[in-house]
Amino acid sequence: MAVLAEDWRDGGFGLYVHWPFCQAKCPYCDFNSHVSREIDQNTWVRAYILEIERAANQTPGRVLNSVFFGGGTPSLMHPDTVAAVIDAAKKHWQFANDIEITLEANPGSVEAGKFTGFRDAGVNRVSMGIQALNDVDLRRLGRIHSVSEALDAFAIARNCFDRVSFDLIYARQNQTPGEWRAELKQALSYAIDHLSLYQLTIEDGTAFGDRYRAGGLRGLPVEDDAAQMYLDTQEICAAHGLPAYEVSNHAMPGAESRHNLIYWRYGDYVGIGPGAHGRVTLGGKRFATESPKAPNNWIAAAETGATRTTPLTITEQAQEYLMMGMRLSEGLDIGRFCRLAGYALPPQKVDYLLDLGMVDTTGTRLFATEQGRPVLNAIIRELLAD
Amino acid sequence: MTDLAHIRNFSIVAHIDHGKSTLADRLIQETGTVQDRDMKEQLLDAMDIERERGITIKANTVRIDYTADNGEAYVLNLIDTPGHVDFAYEVSRSMRAVEGSLLVVDSTQGVEAQTLANVYQAIDADHEIVPVLNKIDLPASDCDRVAEQIEDVIGIDASGAIRVSAKTGQGIHETLEAIVEHLPAPQGDRDAPLKAMLVDSWYDSYLGVIVLVRIMDGVLKKGDRIKMLSNGSVHHVDRIGVFRPAMQVIDELGPGEIGFLTASIKQVRDTRVGDTITHEKKGTTQALPGFKPAQPVVFCGLFPVDSAEFEDLRDAIEKLALNDASFSYEMETSAALGFGFRCGFLGLLHLEVIRDRIEREYDIDLITTAPSVIYHIYMRDGSMIELHNPADMPDLTHVDHLEEPRIKATILVPDEYLGDVLKLCQDRRGIQMDLTYAGSRAMVVYDLPLNEVVFDFYDRLKSVTKGYASFDYQMTGYRQDNLVKMQILVNDEPVDALSTMVHRDRAETRGRAMVEKLKDLIPRHMFKIPIQAAIGGKVIARETLSALRKDVTAKCYGGDATRKRKLLEKQKAGKKKMRQFGKVDIPQEAFISALKMDG
Repeated sequence: MAVLAEDWRDGGFGLYVHWPFCQAKCPYCDFNSHVSREIDQNTWVRAYILEIERAANQTPGRVLNSVFFGGGTPSLMHPDTVAAVIDAAKKHWQFANDIEITLEANPGSVEAGKFTGFRDAGVNRVSMGIQALNDVDLRRLGRIHSVSEALDAFAIARNCFDRVSFDLIYARQNQTPGEWRAELKQALSYAIDHLSLYQLTIEDGTAFGDRYRAGGLRGLPVEDDAAQMYLDTQEICAAHGLPAYEVSNHAMPGAESRHNLIYWRYGDYVGIGPGAHGRVTLGGKRFATESPKAPNNWIAAAETGATRTTPLTITEQAQEYLMMGMRLSEGLDIGRFCRLAGYALPPQKVDYLLDLGMVDTTGTRLFATEQGRPVLNAIIRELLAD
Repeated sequence: MTDLAHIRNFSIVAHIDHGKSTLADRLIQETGTVQDRDMKEQLLDAMDIERERGITIKANTVRIDYTADNGEAYVLNLIDTPGHVDFAYEVSRSMRAVEGSLLVVDSTQGVEAQTLANVYQAIDADHEIVPVLNKIDLPASDCDRVAEQIEDVIGIDASGAIRVSAKTGQGIHETLEAIVEHLPAPQGDRDAPLKAMLVDSWYDSYLGVIVLVRIMDGVLKKGDRIKMLSNGSVHHVDRIGVFRPAMQVIDELGPGEIGFLTASIKQVRDTRVGDTITHEKKGTTQALPGFKPAQPVVFCGLFPVDSAEFEDLRDAIEKLALNDASFSYEMETSAALGFGFRCGFLGLLHLEVIRDRIEREYDIDLITTAPSVIYHIYMRDGSMIELHNPADMPDLTHVDHLEEPRIKATILVPDEYLGDVLKLCQDRRGIQMDLTYAGSRAMVVYDLPLNEVVFDFYDRLKSVTKGYASFDYQMTGYRQDNLVKMQILVNDEPVDALSTMVHRDRAETRGRAMVEKLKDLIPRHMFKIPIQAAIGGKVIARETLSALRKDVTAKCYGGDATRKRKLLEKQKAGKKKMRQFGKVDIPQEAFISALKMDG
């Protein structure tokens, strides 16, 4: 039990802070985001601090490896709000020497003006949602910035922070593999040490989802083209020295997002803010946590404790470790899986996937091959199925 | 007991959707048999499946008290019969239990083939027939045209046809009067030995088997010891009653009356439709004519998707069989599908009803293998084998020849679709026997192999005629033809459950259609999968299902873990609904869908 209780240590410990507001909702986004004009940031500061105190009381003495401000659009937060949250975290947990504090930012001119404020608050990494390098597609994606604004904001961010990542969305409507290759190469010419490159996914409950179901949103790449774009992306990024370390994330070795690695290495993370999820090991048991999604409900609940906890069974934990760990290029620690699950990965399934060339192994780790990664869901289903 | 002169027994003959059940509801309502507050749509169709499909499977009956305009009180007994060709025998028995029929025809549509089949049964049973033109409230109603058609096609006088809207209630009173005036009273001798016809029976979990009877002669009382003439079994009658339509217990049933009895009978199998019931002592020895045991004509395998549910399936099938003498089953094992049952049915609708009931009432997901008819295989040594399952096809070197069952199909179709219907029949190896016109509608009679009809013929017919054709058939006998067993190989492994018997000349076409279908039905895997159709060792059609190229979740962070895990669990459950053949997962619906032909 002692071994299990400490399983999270293999992944680290982080704090996720959700800021749920945006200036405008993007049609592809299924995150918990809301458009609101009047936000009393003092109310939010108070609620965040209450939640941090509560979480810290349950996890005394832990070293915090990262803080991540996600959203929504956290760059709409006032730098003082960000500072107050970071200070509260620092007061209650011990910060790792190399703690990573990331804030997601919109690449607009307003946000760019706040970057020094965020830096002074303690943020040391920003992740910018640039999404596309052509204005027509930006408008289709519902983005309110232009390419030139985005590049200007990115230049300012580079001056403020050592670590700046940006996101692009590809496999967009009417995008050809050739166009994407050109766009990616342009993006790599700006990139510092990290890029998140997502294939456009049509999610239920989004404006795109509704349009897609109604027969709209034509011109999305067929499966073969999408697969080709994915393979091209891996190849081009690797050639530029930013190999994939996860399905959609590329970094110079050492520049990986430490916060996101906590998720994929199945560490513990406290999640605060509306709709935020967490995984926390308490008294030897791992819990899933979730907060009310609606901002006002969350604010109200934060007074007495907004985070609901649900214990995770051993099977659920093993499934989550498998599902998350296989996303990483480094793959899964076979021994750790066995200790966590109480059973080994089924050898006949592993052999089957090895024969197909979908996975490979170093003996202690199992990981998806280049051929396997585009069909990772099928691999995971195979390994999960009893 | 009611005296014979004040009894009228009748059935309603109608095509599906022509308003039979609505009319029945209306007659019940008009006479105050059921309080308005207890009225439900289509009162007589009890089972969900019947209600949903608007069909009647079991015969239902209702006793209606009616005081006619002449001031006298009558008892009207309505038997609502199954309308589908699969249940033609049951219909014929119900017809023999009554003296007259209402022929209900939708005045916007006209006569349909099924109506025709049932009305001929009524004529065979010497019924007095009262034509009723329904749906006169609709703008498209054309009573004169339809009346003329009834005279042309059926050959009965339709000048006095009653014009009715079962929906609004118009003409209902006239219908009741016509029943009293035009239909003959039953005949029978109260003092003769008991002779009753077993019209239908079904299982009730409280009362045991309920037997619907028509008394021909004699009197049936509670406490009587009765005998089934077909097998000599004796039962003690513990309850007698009538349906109004709820069960109402009465003391006795006399000649001409229709009602039910219960006698602590455990199995519906012991009560055969058409059998003669008499008293154990001083009973009649003369059976009513026309009795015959049910003969299944269509067979298929039913396997649980989850092999752990085999025992549940056995339980479900045994229970259903108790209530359905026409349904046969025996255990079957398949290399690919494990343990299951080979089941025999009266027809495709019967098959679907039983399958739906197992899935719905017993919550068991099923794999249904290709339906098959009974082939006669003549061996070189002169013996004959009945083949119910293509998987059991003997070694060809010992086979001399094969014979397959044929049917006579009658199709009524508006002439604008005639070409499509003829093409469909020709494609299914039909031989045209007759083609006549009645007004703007053609009546086509074809000699067809049953195996070409058994699967999706009716669906195709409805589709090519936009639902305007109607269809009926009867078995005619066996004939020799050049039939072969076609196997399907998925990833080089034969899948027994997809084996079918086909005509040699059609094998390539069928094989190609099946492998193309399967290519769409089987999900992509991490490797490419050859799908082949073969006769003997020879591949006659081949498709390749290409490998899955992309299935990966682009974004998966801390907030997604719970949702994505649940999604994977769901997909895993979906995987369980498929069957593994070698390394390939085949979804359960593939076994039936692969056989459907679009052209």
